[in-house]
Parts: sequence; C-alpha cells; structure tokens
Amino acid sequence: MLEVMPTMSQTLTVNAPLTAADGELLTVKLAREHRNKQLKAVALVAPLAIFLLLTFLVPIFMLLGRSVDNPEVVTHLPATSQLIASWDRRALPSEEVFQAMARDLTAAKEAKTVPEVAKRLNMDISGFRSLIQKTARKMPLELAAGETMRDRFIQMDERWGDPDHWHVIAKNAKSWTPYYLYSSLDLRETKAGTPELAPEEERAFISIFGRTLWISFWVTVFCLLLGYPLAYWLANLPARKSNLLMILVLLPFWTSVLVRVASWIVLLQREGLINSALMNLGIIGEPLQLAFNRVGVYIAMVHILLPFVILPAYSVMKSIPPTYMRAAISLGDHPFAAFWKIYFPQTVAGVAAGALLVFIMCIGYYITPALLGSPEEQMVSYYVAFYTNVTINWGMAAALGSLLLIATMTLYGLYSKLVGANKLSLG
Amino acid sequence: MMSEKHTASDTLVSFRGVQKSYDGASLIVKNLDLDIRKGEFLTMLGPSGSGKTTCLMMLAGFETPTHGEIRLGDKLLNHVPPHKRNIGMVFQNYALFPHMTVAENLAYPLTIRKMGKSEITDRVKKALGMVKLDALANRYPGQMSGGQQQRVALARALVFEPQLVLMDEPLGALDKQLREHMQLEIKHIHENLGITVVYVTHDQGEALTMSDRVAVFKDGIIQQIDAANVLYEKPVNSFVANFIGENNTLHGEVVALHDQHCTVRLGNGDTVQAAAVCVGQAGEATSMSIRPERVRLSRHAEACENRLQARLAEFIYFGDHVRLRLDVAGQSGFMVKVPAGELDSSWKVGDKLDIGWMARDIRALDASVYTH
Repeated sequence: MLEVMPTMSQTLTVNAPLTAADGELLTVKLAREHRNKQLKAVALVAPLAIFLLLTFLVPIFMLLGRSVDNPEVVTHLPATSQLIASWDRRALPSEEVFQAMARDLTAAKEAKTVPEVAKRLNMDISGFRSLIQKTARKMPLELAAGETMRDRFIQMDERWGDPDHWHVIAKNAKSWTPYYLYSSLDLRETKAGTPELAPEEERAFISIFGRTLWISFWVTVFCLLLGYPLAYWLANLPARKSNLLMILVLLPFWTSVLVRVASWIVLLQREGLINSALMNLGIIGEPLQLAFNRVGVYIAMVHILLPFVILPAYSVMKSIPPTYMRAAISLGDHPFAAFWKIYFPQTVAGVAAGALLVFIMCIGYYITPALLGSPEEQMVSYYVAFYTNVTINWGMAAALGSLLLIATMTLYGLYSKLVGANKLSLG
Repeated sequence: MMSEKHTASDTLVSFRGVQKSYDGASLIVKNLDLDIRKGEFLTMLGPSGSGKTTCLMMLAGFETPTHGEIRLGDKLLNHVPPHKRNIGMVFQNYALFPHMTVAENLAYPLTIRKMGKSEITDRVKKALGMVKLDALANRYPGQMSGGQQQRVALARALVFEPQLVLMDEPLGALDKQLREHMQLEIKHIHENLGITVVYVTHDQGEALTMSDRVAVFKDGIIQQIDAANVLYEKPVNSFVANFIGENNTLHGEVVALHDQHCTVRLGNGDTVQAAAVCVGQAGEATSMSIRPERVRLSRHAEACENRLQARLAEFIYFGDHVRLRLDVAGQSGFMVKVPAGELDSSWKVGDKLDIGWMARDIRALDASVYTH
C-alpha cells in the first residue's frame, strides 16, 4: 500500500490514463462492467420484447402491408402482366398481349384461380367479373387460320375492344396498388396514375372519417367537462371519502363494455326507465328519442370513457400541494384567478394525457355506435369490421385501419409538440 | 401573561378571545389573547398539535376562528377573505409556482396589484438583490437548490411590501448548516426592512436565535410569551422550562411557602430553598427546574445556599465542554456542564461530589412528568 500511494499520486499529477491494480486500463474495465449490466437488462426484457414483436408489431405491419398489397393479377396473369407493361396505353394492346392473356387464363382455369382475378378486376369496373369468367370458360381457344387472338377476343365480347378494360389490367399488373388507400379517402386513380376526387355519388369515407373525428371530439369535450371537476373534487376530499368515491368511478370501469352498452339501451330506449320516469312525472308528453341516435352514442361513450380522463387528472391533481393555491391567494389573487393561473397550468399535462387517451380510444370505437347508434353514427371501425367480416376485402379493411393509425400517430405527434411528450403524464 | 407594557397604537395584530375547533368536540385553540407589535419578530413555538399553525392560518385567513376577533391595525379581519388581507406568507415547501421563472414568481403579486411594467421590473430586481439571487431571475424553481428556493419564497412574500409577513416553518426542509445561515439572513432582512414577522416553528433553538418575543404554545394555550432570555432564565411552568433549552428537574414536596421563596423536601429527605414560581401551598408536589450551567461543583459550591451530595454516573465528552451525569437525591439524569479546562482529572465514575446552586436559580414549578 505504501508503495502504491506515491505512484498513484504521480499518475494523477501527470494526467496519464489511470490503471487498475492489475494494470488494466480503468476505462476498459469500466466499459466492460457497463456492458455486462446492459446485457443483463436486455436479457430481462427480451421475453416481453419478443412476445410483443410476434403478437403485436409483426401482425400490425403485415396488415398495414395488406392495404397496398395487390397480388392477384401479377400472380395469376403473369405473362400478360409482363407484356402489358410496355403498352402505349392509347390504342388496344398488341396481339402478343392477347395471346398471353389467353395462355394465362387457360393456366388460371386449370389452377381454379380465375375467381380471384375476376373479383379484383371487378372492383375497378363492375361487370369485369363476368367478362373474365365468361372468357376463361372458353379457354383454351383454337384459332382459325388468319384469325388473330385480338379479333377472337373482341368477337367473344366487345368489351375486350375497350381500352378502359385493358387499362384496369395494366394498372393492376403491379404487385402493389394505392387503390385501397385512395378508395378510403374517396379518391381514384386517373389513367395518368394521379389521384383525383371520386364523383360525388361515390364518396363515402371522407364523411365517415369526418364523423368519426367529430363524435370523438365531442366525447372528449364532454369527458373533460365532467371529469375535470370530479377529479378535482376527488383529489381534495379526505382520503377515506375519496377512496370510496374512487371505487364508484372504477366499478363501471371493471364491467364489460358490452354489459354497459346493453344497460344503456335498457335505460334509454323509448319505453326505457328514463322515458317512463319522465312521462310519469309529467315532464314530457311523448317519449324522447334517446337511443339509436347521436344522443345515445354520446351518453354511452362519455360514460365508458370518463375514467380515462378522471384517473390521470386525479393523479396529477393529487401531486399538487394545496399550498400553491394558498400562496397565490396570500399574494393577493382572487381564488378563481389563482386557480386558473396557478392550479390549472399544473394539471394540463395530466388532463391532456387523459383527453388524448379518450380521443384515441374514441376514434377506434366500434361496439357502442354499432349497438346504440343509427347508420348515421357508424364510425370508421364499423367499416373495418364490415370489410373484414362481410365482404372479405382485406385490402380496404387494412387501408381504413392504416389511415386510423396514421390519424392517431399524427394526433400524438401534435400533442407531444404542444404539451411536450415528456410532460405527458398518464399517472 | 403579557409581561411588558405597551400602548395600543404599537399593536399591529390583536387576537381577542379567539377559539378554534375543527370537530365541535375539542378546541385546538383555546381562548387566545395575543397582541403583536409593529416591527416585531414574534415566534409561535410549540410541539405539533399545539395550535400554533392554526393561529397562523387564522391570521392568514385560510381558517376562520370559531369564536373571537382578530384585528389587523384597527380593521376587523374575521370576514376579510385571505386575498384581500395583504399579508405576505412563506410556506414550508416554498410553494413556488413551478411553471413560472423566479422573476415571474416575484412579479405575480405585483401584476395582481396592477403595477406598471417598469415598476415591476425594478421591484423584482430589488427583491432578488435583497436575497442575493440577482443572477437566477430566469431559472425555474425546479432548477434551484432548496436554500435558493427558500430565498425566492422569502423575496416573493416581501416584494409587494406587506406590513406583516407570516412564516410557517420556512426552514424545516433545509439541512442544519443552511438553516442556521438562513436564520441569520431572515433576521437581518427583518431588521433592515422593519416589517412585522410572525414565525411558526417547533425548533426552540431557531425561536431563541431569531425572535424578539416567543410565544410558547401547548394544547391551544400560550404558556408563556416573552423575550428569549426571559423564557430561558425565568420559565413560568414546567412545560416551558423543559421545552426551552436544557433543564434539570428535581421532584419534591413543598414544606414551607413564604412569599417568593419556598422550601422543598426531596425524596431522600434533603431540603432545598427555591424561588416559588408556580406552586400551590405547602404539602403539594412540585418539580423544580435548574439550568445545567447554574449548578456549581465541589469547592465552587461552598458559597451556595443549597448544597447536596451527588454521585458521578457518567462523563459525556463534547469537545469544548464535558457534561457530567449525576445521581442527585435518588434521581438520575441530572446534567452539569463543565468547561473542558475546569475538569478535575481526579474525578471518576462513582465518586461523590458536592454540588450547589443559589436559591434564585432554582425555580419551583408545577409538578410534571415531562422529560426533555
């Protein structure tokens, strides 16, 4: 020890790199120690990370891919897809394209994949399904001498002589397509490949997205208006009372959403409890329309989502000592002004987090509008379910889902820019 | 209990017959009469639950008295809401607004009073200079140390020049060294500005260091209100004697009582002459209080009116002085302070020692079971 001391003080004064007792560089030793710690941490998190990757991230990205996935024409009409790429897109395609089409359809008929191609092409021009199926039935074709395949096709059905039908095939001869995303936004692809607004009678999704955002906005506003004062009250009550009330807030939170919506139907319908009570009291002469319209949807959604505003707001308010308000008042501010200038700004982060949560959950709401609303209240998720379950159009379902996801992400980005993501407190 | 006379015009705050109850069953403040003088540093000292903070909160307006009157100057305060009282307040957890910079915090009371921009800037600058934080005007409270935050809180309570400043255990969260430093700083600010300060603490050292007068609270009653040295030298009852400073207690029975003096018999039969302060009549139990530094040892004890034999039980070393723990008249825990230079090296544990004190230095008080 005595021998080491002077050398250590010498190294300190010369500013040479420090070494440990075994002669190894101290920085190297430290780095290794640090790396070991990190490896241990990674090993602890790994099972969850892998689980999330496999059950959450991978499926989401696979489904997102579905929204631009366009395999039918490329896979089942391979020769045609290849040749039609060099078509000038003005007159009819060349004889080779028609011959390739005949070969492809023959192969597809044998492989029984004709319906898939037919269904895909029918999305762009209705009636294409029957054209494809009719043509495929006649395969293989025997050409008479001097007869071209093009003439034979047109003779079979004059629609083959219409360049529009070939445009559709050419458009879908790529393995990806913006078609579903465009459709979800009421757009369509022009022949030049640029998007344009669909004719008015074909538009639907813009207004559905608008409706989804509008309903979500009002549900969020109502939740804030009802939840903020309640959270404030809970945060300022003595612990015993506030715990009891907290249970009342949480109790519906633990009940299934389906059960709660069903009970709202019981309460709100024409002969429901609320209407009959109001009628018996003589307040109204005729039952109010409370269920199966916008009012019913608002009531039920606000009720279901209220805890998501109350809980983060409560936890933030609980952490604000009452002395802040007292200090502001002792400095001469009116209690209301002090609340607004001192208390409220400190709750913004928690309340914003709650509002964001409510809004994001609202955008994806499905069961409540489906059960308590008219067709006018159905939101985007309803159509996602519709395309997945009823028409088995995964492309549309995935496209609508992707747009919802993008909307959510954008909102989150906007919020974190306004409030600061690090300040966003979920309690 | 008001030991010194003063005229009514000196009084800034007066409590008259103030009572406070939270549950309707017990009084947390019992019939409080208190006058606080202009320019005075008054400390309310007491254990927790003694009613001192409640008094402060009633003065600030955050609690309303159940009964009685509180006046500021000649204005009745009872029904004035707290934001119209114009009383500065410093809280234990500083209560600096976390979303505002130091300068904004200080400007807050000035903006409410609708002052001009340049005047606000001037005043904020002056207040920051007073607490020596000129460089930190644009920091947020979260970026400052506890001591700095406390200074800002102090500056904020003073910046709008209130005639009265209340402090609710403002140094409780600071470490010992910083606390002692801040005690002096607050005292100097008080002296320089000539404001009236009402200070609440449970730390008797803090109270003695800073205050012009100290009001000792217990069970909602002011036990004694006096200058620090009077409290220490002339406690009026056992609670005050034990709560303020170090104290030796000897239990006994009054055998004779004449005017200012009494004779008390200790458990082992020895008798002691004491100043009769808070005793009833002959035959009653009493606890006598004497400060450790008033006890004289061996040959110094020869001239004393009271002389007893004690047994040396323990030496406790403190560097500048040594404390001797003695057994006196069958009671243990009697402490005597001896300066390091005066210690007789031949003393050892178990020795018999002569001790003594003057009759005026030992005060016969109410019988108590309090220990320090």
